[in-house]
Amino acid sequence: MRRDPPADVTIINYSEPQSLDPAIISAQPDMRIVSGMFEGLTRTDPKTGSAVPGLAERWEISPDGRIYTFHLRTNLVWSTGEPIRAADVVYSWIRTLDPMTASDYAGQLFYVKNAEAFNAAKIKDPSQVGVTALDPFTVQVQLNHPTVFFLDVCAMPLASVVPRQAIEKMSDAWIKIRPLPVSGPYELDFWRLNDKVRLRKNPRYWDAANTQSKIIDLLPIGSASSALNLYDRGQADIVWDKELVPTELLDVLLPRPDFHTYTYLATYFVRFNVTRKPFDDPRVRKALALAIDKNRIVQRITRGGEQPATHLVPDGAANYESPPGLGYDPELARKLLAEAGFPGGKNFPRMEYMFNAPAGGGKIHEKIAIEMQQMWRDTLGVDIELRQLEMQVYLTEQDQLHYDLSRSSWIGDYNDANTFLNMFVTDDGNNRTGWSNKHYDELIRQANEITDVPAREKLFQEAETILVKDELPIIPLFFYAGINYFDTNKIEGVYTNIVDLHPLQSIRKIMGHATRNTKD
Amino acid sequence: MSDQKVESPNTDSSSAMAVASPGARPPASPAQRAWRRFRKNGPALLSSCYIALLLIVIVGWPLALKLTKFAGPGAATWAKSHAPEQLSDGQFQPPNTQHWFGTDEHGRDVLSRVLYGAQISLLVGFVGATVSLVIGVLWGAIAGSAGGRVDSVMMRTVDVLYSLPSIIFVIVLMTTLGEKLKQLPVVKASPALQKDLRLAILFVGLGAISWLTMARIVRGQVLSLRTRPFVDASRALGASPLRILVRHIIPNVFGVVIVYLTLTVPSIVLYESFLSYLGLGVQPPMASWGSLISEGVDQINPIRIYWWMIVFPGGVLVSTLLALNFLGDGLRDAWDVKG
Amino acid sequence: MYFLRRLAYMIPLLLVVSAVSFWLVHLAPGGPFDKEHAPASPQIKRNLEAKYHLNEPIWKQYARYVGGLARGDFGPSLKYRDHSVTDIVRQGLPVSMLLGWLAFGFAMGVGLPVGFITAVRRGRWQDHVGSFLAILAVCIPGFVVAPILVLVFTIKWHLLPVALWESPVHAVLPTIALGLYFSGKVARLFREGMLNTMQMEFVTAARAKGLGESTLLFRHAVRLAVLPVVSYAGPMLADLLTGSFVIENIFQIPGLGVFFINSSLNKDYTLTVGLAVLYAALLIVLNLAVDFGYMLLDPRVKYE
Repeated sequence: MRRDPPADVTIINYSEPQSLDPAIISAQPDMRIVSGMFEGLTRTDPKTGSAVPGLAERWEISPDGRIYTFHLRTNLVWSTGEPIRAADVVYSWIRTLDPMTASDYAGQLFYVKNAEAFNAAKIKDPSQVGVTALDPFTVQVQLNHPTVFFLDVCAMPLASVVPRQAIEKMSDAWIKIRPLPVSGPYELDFWRLNDKVRLRKNPRYWDAANTQSKIIDLLPIGSASSALNLYDRGQADIVWDKELVPTELLDVLLPRPDFHTYTYLATYFVRFNVTRKPFDDPRVRKALALAIDKNRIVQRITRGGEQPATHLVPDGAANYESPPGLGYDPELARKLLAEAGFPGGKNFPRMEYMFNAPAGGGKIHEKIAIEMQQMWRDTLGVDIELRQLEMQVYLTEQDQLHYDLSRSSWIGDYNDANTFLNMFVTDDGNNRTGWSNKHYDELIRQANEITDVPAREKLFQEAETILVKDELPIIPLFFYAGINYFDTNKIEGVYTNIVDLHPLQSIRKIMGHATRNTKD
Repeated sequence: MSDQKVESPNTDSSSAMAVASPGARPPASPAQRAWRRFRKNGPALLSSCYIALLLIVIVGWPLALKLTKFAGPGAATWAKSHAPEQLSDGQFQPPNTQHWFGTDEHGRDVLSRVLYGAQISLLVGFVGATVSLVIGVLWGAIAGSAGGRVDSVMMRTVDVLYSLPSIIFVIVLMTTLGEKLKQLPVVKASPALQKDLRLAILFVGLGAISWLTMARIVRGQVLSLRTRPFVDASRALGASPLRILVRHIIPNVFGVVIVYLTLTVPSIVLYESFLSYLGLGVQPPMASWGSLISEGVDQINPIRIYWWMIVFPGGVLVSTLLALNFLGDGLRDAWDVKG
Repeated sequence: MYFLRRLAYMIPLLLVVSAVSFWLVHLAPGGPFDKEHAPASPQIKRNLEAKYHLNEPIWKQYARYVGGLARGDFGPSLKYRDHSVTDIVRQGLPVSMLLGWLAFGFAMGVGLPVGFITAVRRGRWQDHVGSFLAILAVCIPGFVVAPILVLVFTIKWHLLPVALWESPVHAVLPTIALGLYFSGKVARLFREGMLNTMQMEFVTAARAKGLGESTLLFRHAVRLAVLPVVSYAGPMLADLLTGSFVIENIFQIPGLGVFFINSSLNKDYTLTVGLAVLYAALLIVLNLAVDFGYMLLDPRVKYE
């Protein structure tokens, strides 16, 4: 038992980070911490969510959009004092791409020349990968084709700079080195499992003058009610994670000034396994989609002001307006189902809707499932059973296509329609529906090779129409509403933006409001 | 390592137990004497009445819902609105004349869910206890009768299994068995079987973790009975070991076993509710007391408490467990199953 | 002597436990490395599995594991890749143990007196009330007791902290929530034991000899009456000291209990097996202590 000196800001961060190694993390809570510790060529602007200069102070992009030349600041040092140079950037990217590192997010760097081949071990020589240090302060990146959101990718943890000196000494256990060299605004004071991660201001960060807090605590609390209780008692200043929303109380909580909702790029949807009858018939899929009253779900169950969705890419994605998809039309649904050979739901085979349930945690997926089950039964006469699984089994089943219908969601990695649409390219690791459409693949491929904004938009729209209107391997349900709670009289520096990124550097507690330590 | 560890109270494995032996008393049979003793036990009688009543309601209510369909349209709509899986627009209604126990988040009638859930919970409890009984009695009886190497190996296995945290075993069982059984052709062919598969796995799973204590107790009993004169006599008369086992030993162990059954049921029901809390118990939209309580516990927060969602399922669970415990105690006292 | 022999058996027994749990955990579908956001190429997942030798046949993986055990290395956690199993246990076990001992103290401190009174005043109102409360304690699941305690004592009346583990006052509610069930059990067992001993012949004999009622009770009966409690104390402590998922989850206590359940759910093979071995070791040692206690308390018991 110990009581630490109070932090400036205490944040409830949902889950224990699986790791703090920027190359291997993939969960949002982990990324929130890591992006406060390690920085890359660009970083995220807290207000707009877009990429702004980070370790690189400026850059040039070649006219054909393929070559980026980044100029590093000259005063960069690790928190432990060693200088940070272009070679470190190259080292970090190569490490992320190295097959032995087994980074989940390495795919984001595949826009770089030969990156994919290197990651697949087809090329063994890292110097062939399109990232090189032209001189100690200049990094040149060669892309396969122009990529409009590439600067956003550079701001992601997987592209941040990691300390070669520590990794070469301790290999996989380098996170345990103390003091841990960091390149970002905060260093790691300590990491107590299941208890808290404490970050301390890094005075050697190039922008340390603007780091607003001295000590930030992040608590891995996964229960919405515990989070609410602690917040109400003043023991936590900010609660931010979509899983921590107490949906049953939202009607009372939302009007409170300290509850902030905002839209961000994330979609909740249903996947069909199109390799299983009768889901190989688009009419059946459309019938099931048309029978869902999404308004009812967001009004009665999720209640956070979510937008019902008829398409996959959330509204508000940069430079993109989605084409319309299928809405709620019970009549048409019944008609299509009858056409497909199951009038009134007769002879419809027994199918299961699969979803995950955290142990001792929230039941939102179950609740949505129950409502949809009723809708399918009442409107179509189709009886879909529910199948609740714990997370790892659920993921494996989805991955191996051992399911009929599955609950799904996707959070955008960057502000562009591509992060949603390229999932459903044939054989993409995140497709997991068995759906394949060559024309769709072609459209996505083309869109990713050009930078002309309107042309790109048209290509994506055509693709998305195939996805959500013609073929429907998925049923989009709603776009997540982010909810953060914090008192704007106490906390400054948390802005809502569409990518739901809230850099730690800008968060501060307004003077005179110390975190209450528990006495009661 | 469960939170509510499933064991029939280890208690009497330590204190020696003897089954009521016919002594130098007036010729009332053991059963008759037991009944007399039982009748005098107030709480036990009360509990048995409660349980009988509960069983009647649990069976009667679903029956009533089905039959009202034939009693005219008014009754049919009433039945429909009280079906446990029927969603409605009336979310989170406190108890009222329409819904005596109120409604939940989906507008479902809580009373109905509690009663249907009772079926599941009690079924899981009794079947699970029976499974544990069958495995435990067989294991213990065989080990005790066979003696020597066989006994040693069998009991060492029990020791090893005993040292495992049971939750690991349960999680593996629930996930693995579920998937493997699904592949069986007999299961694939029958939708009804598929639906109840989860329940069946729960029965087996919960039974499979509670048989250990039973096995130990039965073995102990068998060992002590083996040396009794009447068993020797049987052997002298030429009875085969199997016959001795079946006709002499098992009936004498019976009394002890019945008592432990009534005490295992509540602990299995509790364990099932723990599993439902973890999300590993019954599948939605099926309800069990555990899952209902879990839903109710979710509603405890500083702002607004839908008390009926936890009070009713919790109250029914606790009072049933109480009744089962008192009943078990009463049976034990009546059968004089202690040192 | 006898106990040393039992201790020696511990090593092979633990090995068997590790083998059984290793096998069990690998049986279940799913692996530790499936993620919602899947890597772009399946090769990455394969690399990861190769790195942790998950693609090898299971006996080979186990042999590797045992080799590690010999060096005192329980392996890295597959889910928390920056930490080894030893790290996780080293951080969480002291916390769970502290809470566990406190709950044990509560269970004994409340259960023994209640058991005593209900036995000694059998059939009277003290027995009815006490027994009822004891059985009630055993019938309410932990995940019901804890939120109710939180509701009453922290939300309705701000008497106690709502969660976390920062000072002694933070331990009050978790101790009660955790210990309540066991106090009921202890009370029942002790009552049982007392009733048995009070009927025994030697008690009658001692009474006949004229020993005062209270001396009788305390010196002779209690020593034997407490045996069922002692026997139960072994498994009870093993459960308590390794942490309760429910209590630690609800009160956000950084103990080991959460890991017991989550490691199996996460398919974190090494952590699961490590925890299983830890639990088994604890149980074996505690059972040995229980048997030793028996020897001290009951002169009839002899071990050969």
